[in-house]
Amino acid sequence: MQKSSRLAIYALIELASDPKRQVSVSEIGEKYRVSAHHLAKVMHTLGRAGLVSSIRGVGGGYCFSGNARRTTLLDVIGLFEDTSGECKLADVAQATPVEWALFDVMCEIDDIEKATLGAITISTMLKQIARREKSAAEPTARSARG
Amino acid sequence: MGETEHASGSRLKSGIDIRRVREADLDHIVGLDERVTELAKPDYWRDIFERYATRRVHERFFLVAEASGDTPEFKVLGYIVGEVRGWEFGSEPCGWVFAFAVEPGTRLQGIGEQLFEAISTEFRSAGMKIMRTMVPRQNQLHMAFFRSEGMVAGPYIQLEMELDW
Repeated sequence: MQKSSRLAIYALIELASDPKRQVSVSEIGEKYRVSAHHLAKVMHTLGRAGLVSSIRGVGGGYCFSGNARRTTLLDVIGLFEDTSGECKLADVAQATPVEWALFDVMCEIDDIEKATLGAITISTMLKQIARREKSAAEPTARSARG
Repeated sequence: MGETEHASGSRLKSGIDIRRVREADLDHIVGLDERVTELAKPDYWRDIFERYATRRVHERFFLVAEASGDTPEFKVLGYIVGEVRGWEFGSEPCGWVFAFAVEPGTRLQGIGEQLFEAISTEFRSAGMKIMRTMVPRQNQLHMAFFRSEGMVAGPYIQLEMELDW
């Protein structure tokens, strides 16, 4: 996953956790240790996609304007990377069985990745974060998986 | 009645009852499954009923969501079926969910969540600490639902092969 995609997911989760709150780019940047300049570009893309709204002026910032239960991680990543393309084999006509076999393995991994990212919404991420926070607050509870 | 009649956590939210399946529900379940999968499987569901609603019901759970109150269009709005499975390739006993559906026109009303919570409670009562399921990768509806309920990729991976080569 590219850095822009990761930043976009962080920002959306930050904003969607409290849709009424306006958060500045610098605030998000500080929290996730990234430059406001890079983050501003990411926010612009999210704004064009209708996932965030910007409020100008003093106390302004961004707020979440998407549908957290409908927006998947794959949707967000797709704003910054090509997620539509199929797994590609460089030269189909010349490909050897070895190349085809490796291609099959890569497609298998690619399919699992897409299925996973396409099934996890921003809302699901918020729930997962809440569970992780609860688990951290209860040290005797189930330890982190994977 | 008793064990086969009511699941724990029945009537979790107004208008919906979660309970153990009854024989009279079978036609409704076959109909619901057919509306979802576009394939009628009455023999399959009769067999599932016999195996999961009449035997070893302390570790087999066939639950339905039923609309209460005024005569609804569909009597059974959803179902979930699971059982305790253990020691498959060394896996400690866990709760396995292998069938789940919600009437398409009544989705996003928390029915699936109530069914999921009810069977989770049953598995917990049976001493299980883990609940598992298997979902086709392309079935984004079920994938997203189970994810939203907190399920994540487990330590097992499903493998298969074609046998006609």
